[in-house]
Amino acid sequence: MKLRRVVVTGLGALTPIGNTVEEYWNGLVNGVSGAAPITYFDTTNFKTKFACEVKNFNVEDFIDRKEARKMDRYAQYALVSTEEAVKDALFDFDKLDKDKVGVIWGSGIGGLETFQEEVMNFASGNGTPKFNPFFIPKMIADIAGGHISIKYGFRGPNFTTVSACASSTNALIDAFNYIRLGHADVMVTGGSEAAVTIAGMGGFNAMHALSTRNDDPKTASRPMDKNREGFVLGEGAGAIILEEYEHAVARGAKIYCEIGGGGMSADAHHITAPHPEGLGARNVMLNCLRDAGLTPQDVDGVNMHGTSTPLGDIAESKAILEVFGEHAYTLNLNSTKSMTGHLLGAAGAIEAIASILSIKHGIVPPTINHFTDDENIDPKLNFTFNKAQKRDMKVVMSNTFGFGGHNACVLVKKLEI
Amino acid sequence: MSDIASRVKAIIVDKLGVDENEVVTEASFTNDLGADSLDTVELIMEFEKEFDIQIPDDQAENISTVGQAISYIEEAKK
Repeated sequence: MKLRRVVVTGLGALTPIGNTVEEYWNGLVNGVSGAAPITYFDTTNFKTKFACEVKNFNVEDFIDRKEARKMDRYAQYALVSTEEAVKDALFDFDKLDKDKVGVIWGSGIGGLETFQEEVMNFASGNGTPKFNPFFIPKMIADIAGGHISIKYGFRGPNFTTVSACASSTNALIDAFNYIRLGHADVMVTGGSEAAVTIAGMGGFNAMHALSTRNDDPKTASRPMDKNREGFVLGEGAGAIILEEYEHAVARGAKIYCEIGGGGMSADAHHITAPHPEGLGARNVMLNCLRDAGLTPQDVDGVNMHGTSTPLGDIAESKAILEVFGEHAYTLNLNSTKSMTGHLLGAAGAIEAIASILSIKHGIVPPTINHFTDDENIDPKLNFTFNKAQKRDMKVVMSNTFGFGGHNACVLVKKLEI
Repeated sequence: MSDIASRVKAIIVDKLGVDENEVVTEASFTNDLGADSLDTVELIMEFEKEFDIQIPDDQAENISTVGQAISYIEEAKK
């Protein structure tokens, strides 16, 4: 069976450094940090008092108040980013066969704040359960995809992928495969997360996963830097419209790039720690290259998972050296988490968008906040430290690794490759 | 309008996102004010909270209009 080609025809982003794709990209190339003190709740007793929140966002600018009230923020973010992506794709809705348009969304956690509020409400009562009837449909991690399908009438395949910080890369790969296999002509994919909450910050703090650089939040996310000490929690969403190549050409769609392939693997090692030699990370990149039918030498850059944790960044760097060999030194590597923080289940989506735009613009966004080299990381690797670099990017890979040892990698490329 | 009636109407306007003028005595939550089954459950819970009363499920099923809600609560608060 001949697999169909899949291209990107629409993008949407709602991130800590910009509330549209254009703002997000400007933030990326200018090395803007989205980190700031948390505004959502009182952090007095919290070890970490900052995060990368979405800023200047009023949901009622996008969604009717009555409807918005029935959605957790993670679902609101999904609808807002999808609206931008659908508009960007310029569909003629009268001609679109909506039975062949699906939605595969990713979220690592779902409606954490809703869960927290409802349980706190119960705990402060007299033991009589008084849960809001919208509690479950607000909280569940699949509901964002449901809302998207309901809003637009997209009746194709619809589900949500959950693989922690790899969730939306898995969504993207699944969406890609459903189009390749002929089950859909168009897919809305991406991911959203809204875990900057009491439970989210408290939970990640308890794992010692978060940076505690409270005196200087903007330099806290410093992937590959010697003095990195944890990730910075982010929130937001990214939406990507995937379309079968002939379908896109027939309607004269603007094509950003092609999805070349997707790779998946598991560490099978530990629930939260990465494999020390980056075994799963190595395998996921090899699987992705094999799926794309390309060699390591074809690749120009890797948007790394690079969360700014002590172990993870070393393991991923080792894996890149193993996969690419000498070619690794010619790659433009970067971790845009240095600017956006870690959007968990939405990370794969916004980082795929960064990769797609680096092809479109011929610019590699930087890994900001590099001050001191880490002797455990090969200094000959080019991590695009501190300033964006110009380069004709033809093939870019984007890595995401999740708690549970889930790894997912997607490869995007120029149409002619 | 009684105090209870105005508080009931304020809750309906807030939860269902409808215009105050639409919230007339005979208006049905589902047929006239756009509520679905979950909205209706939420309304009943809000009435319980606002007026510090308990509305058992079998009686909640009989409250489907603005007027029925006001009458039920006025009776319960006597």
